[in-house]
Amino acid sequence: MSGMDWIVPVILTVITAATPLVFAGIGELITEKSGVLNLGVEGMMVVGAVTAFVTATVTGSYILAVLAAALSGAFMAFLFGILTLSLMANQVATGLALTLFGVGLSALIGQDFVGVPVDAIAKLNIPGLSDLPVVGPIIFGQDPLVYLSLVIVALVSWFLYKTKAGLILRAVGDSHDAAHSIGYSVIGIRYLAVMFGGAMSGIGGAYLSLAYTPMWAENMTAGRGWIALALIVFATWKPGLVLIGAYMFGGITILQLHAQAAGLDLPSQILSMLPYVATVVVLVLISKDESRIRKHAPACIGKIFHPAA
Amino acid sequence: MVYLTPLLALLLTVLTSTIVFSLLGVNPLEALENFFIKPIDNQYGATELLVKATPLILCAIGLSVGFRANVWNIGAEGQLTMGAIIGGGVFIYLHDVESVLLLPAMILMGAAGGALWAAIPAFLKTRFNANEILTSLMLVYVAILVLSLLVHGPWRDPDGFNFPESRTFSESATMPILMEGTRLHFGTIIALLAVFGTWIMLSKTLVGFQVKVIGAAPKAGSYAGFSQKKIIWFCLLFGGAMAGLAGVSEVSGPVGQLLPSISPGYGFTAIIVAFLGRLHPVGIIFAGLLMALTYLGGETAQINLGLPVAVTGVFQGMVLFYLLACDVLVNYRFKMVRFGKAAS
Amino acid sequence: MKFKSMISLASAVAVAGSLFAGIASAEDKVGFVYVGPVGDHGWTYRHDIGRQAVQKALGDKVKTTFVESVKEGPDSERVIRQMAADGHKVIFTTSFGFMNPTLKVAKQFPNVKFEHATGYKRSKNVSTYSGRFYEGRYVVGKIAGKMTKTNVIGYVGSFPIPEVVRGINATALAAKSVNPDIQIKVAWVNTWYDPGKEGDAAKALIDQGADIILQHTDSPAPLQVAESRGVWAVGQASDMHHFAPKAQLTAIIDNWDGYYVARTKAALDGSWKSADTWAGLKTGMVELSKYNDAIPADVVKLAEETRKGIIDGSVKPFAGPFNKQDGTEAVAAGKELDDGTLLGMDWYVEGVQGKLPK
Repeated sequence: MSGMDWIVPVILTVITAATPLVFAGIGELITEKSGVLNLGVEGMMVVGAVTAFVTATVTGSYILAVLAAALSGAFMAFLFGILTLSLMANQVATGLALTLFGVGLSALIGQDFVGVPVDAIAKLNIPGLSDLPVVGPIIFGQDPLVYLSLVIVALVSWFLYKTKAGLILRAVGDSHDAAHSIGYSVIGIRYLAVMFGGAMSGIGGAYLSLAYTPMWAENMTAGRGWIALALIVFATWKPGLVLIGAYMFGGITILQLHAQAAGLDLPSQILSMLPYVATVVVLVLISKDESRIRKHAPACIGKIFHPAA
Repeated sequence: MVYLTPLLALLLTVLTSTIVFSLLGVNPLEALENFFIKPIDNQYGATELLVKATPLILCAIGLSVGFRANVWNIGAEGQLTMGAIIGGGVFIYLHDVESVLLLPAMILMGAAGGALWAAIPAFLKTRFNANEILTSLMLVYVAILVLSLLVHGPWRDPDGFNFPESRTFSESATMPILMEGTRLHFGTIIALLAVFGTWIMLSKTLVGFQVKVIGAAPKAGSYAGFSQKKIIWFCLLFGGAMAGLAGVSEVSGPVGQLLPSISPGYGFTAIIVAFLGRLHPVGIIFAGLLMALTYLGGETAQINLGLPVAVTGVFQGMVLFYLLACDVLVNYRFKMVRFGKAAS
Repeated sequence: MKFKSMISLASAVAVAGSLFAGIASAEDKVGFVYVGPVGDHGWTYRHDIGRQAVQKALGDKVKTTFVESVKEGPDSERVIRQMAADGHKVIFTTSFGFMNPTLKVAKQFPNVKFEHATGYKRSKNVSTYSGRFYEGRYVVGKIAGKMTKTNVIGYVGSFPIPEVVRGINATALAAKSVNPDIQIKVAWVNTWYDPGKEGDAAKALIDQGADIILQHTDSPAPLQVAESRGVWAVGQASDMHHFAPKAQLTAIIDNWDGYYVARTKAALDGSWKSADTWAGLKTGMVELSKYNDAIPADVVKLAEETRKGIIDGSVKPFAGPFNKQDGTEAVAAGKELDDGTLLGMDWYVEGVQGKLPK
């Protein structure tokens, strides 16, 4: 291996590994900002993955497939909303039940699609630009969903901190009673936030089954929904940090595989621990400033809202 | 009303599953029979239900104390694994010791192992303010990899052709069987003692009172002079110890050795069990039994009706949705009482 | 849908199921216990193909049942026991971790025949069986040694157990025999099944210079990566060429059909005896899928000679002389490793990089 040739493919690999986490993480961030904790990310992702795959193989349209994945994720989230927002069920338990439900449902939907191949979503190819060394493939050679993930992170950041709607959402998450007394529909806003979270998880799943590893296999999310949940805590509920966290987690995962392939003399289990340990260590480093975290963490998270109370 | 909620949930489940199973081409009555009755219509099945519910109840009872005080330990799976490692490790190093003290030592060390693993999030939370949701979850993956490292390496059975499993536990390192011919073991007694002890602790002791106050009104807790940090430490160590007990009672009970995978996600399922049981010790027993029953029922339905495991997942999700949704009745009652008080 | 025949199945089973063990019914039941979902497209998927072969071959004489995604540990013992109590005649338990549970249940049900895959403990009513997959890997190693331009073979490993290590070593020995400069780089993903991670490991190996990707994990993700990166790969457990039409050199196929049909028949006609079966290319338990058209004729010829040689016994993958990774002699000339050593193999041969945990 000569020079810096290896850097470009490594960066490309990291981006691919991180993108599903970015989608699911940013969606759940909005959900949590509204004061709702939905632990069903894994279930919504896996349903999104199968919906996208089935839609793509049946219709041949990737745009439809991604839309369908978003819809299916939003529908799962809607179920969660009915239970936790309208019927006031416990959010933590309902989220976990949603994951059980989603893993089962996706397997049922996908049982005739195991072993069916599908082409990966095409990567952007701008003649001239995409062929530039280093920056070409990294900046101009991604698939459309990668760009979408970045745009959404930017939009969410803008929405939360620069728009009135974002302010209202944060108000609902920080003090639902106050938001209610001013006259905002706490439940309605939370429904929207929860369904946005579901839609993003669905697209994250679609990225798995259409771009990352273009196939359908049961349980193919393999725990990524949990990592996405952890990343929001890691990001102290700030959109930009979700992106950084996902890329860091993906980066360390890829680097430890490289270390193994290069013959590093350490048991693979120790190397496999690195992404998890590193996430904890970085969280510890950035958590010292308690007031900063309190500023961004939604105060009402997980608490049931009684509108009439 | 509260006592009617499970009945209502059951009714709704029966109605919906009639539709769902009919759509799948399965006789709904038969499906329901396979899920809820067949698995426990004989003595052996009933004991298996207890065997399956034991680790769920142990983990859930530990977590419930933390959840009451808003300590979000979601890493019971890792604490369970560490309990199995440390408790099982006692046997690995003392495998030729035949002593009545071996099993008690393993159980104690198992609880200590789980508590030790939970002490990390407790330390990071109280010292560095690091959120325990993330730290406890990440430590799950680390604990599983530690177990993998040990059983693929130094703790392999020397006569096991280098396959990834430890030597099988000797008689004196195995949980006593409570009923001849079944797998019902002493771990179930430990679980019941833990539930009883937790009940006493919550209702009769100062620390239990503090847990409840801090959970309901953190500010009131601090005015009363309760140390938030002490409660965080207590909740995590207690939850870790209970999960550790679950781990060691599994490996020295029905597993009988250390394997790369010793738990099908008991630590995560226990979170559902804790809330399904409304964080109440008695509720947790029922919730644990019900959850265990859906797993057993799923296996029976697969064998007898050929329903794929995916249907079990959907069915479990549905049952849980209904049970959780019926909380609405409890919540409304709660509100009506408050309203009534306000009016009077 | 799978469910169409369920009603008739259900009624048949309801009769038999409510009774206890040993009561004869018109159909004999044959049970399968799987560690993964039948939709994993890997290990469990192939066992389920074998189950379907039994159903097809024996028609309405048997009723095959299965339980999927059974976790190793206490759950497996309960499932196996329930099948035995339910009157199954033969029960196939298809993961190494089911070994001790299978033996425990077998003790309580002496009249039921048990077949445990990949284990080494047997009893009067417990047989063991596994494939000599390393034979397939040896053929693949020859092809890989000839086809590589970078002299680096990348290997996506699951867990460092003897089965996987044996496959890596067989590949290395074969590749070195045709290309002494060969290096094998291994990336362990510590899971049998995580398409994303398997693919990432393949990418890392390619970025480290590998131009052939082999795998001992369940999903076709590494092949897809090879296809998109323009390097070679070899399918695992089943033919995966539709996932990588250009990249798949061949695939090592687990074919349990013949064994499952034969053992079921034996159990039904009373000729079943406890045995240890470790079959390979010869009996067809291990197969190679069609060679890629892009492989030059002389390489195909070499591969076929190797395959046929293994079948007729003239080619022995683990015949000496060869060295361990550290350069010490593993087997002297004129000798070969015995099955016991192969079963517990926990060291690399020369040419493999990295260290195994001890």
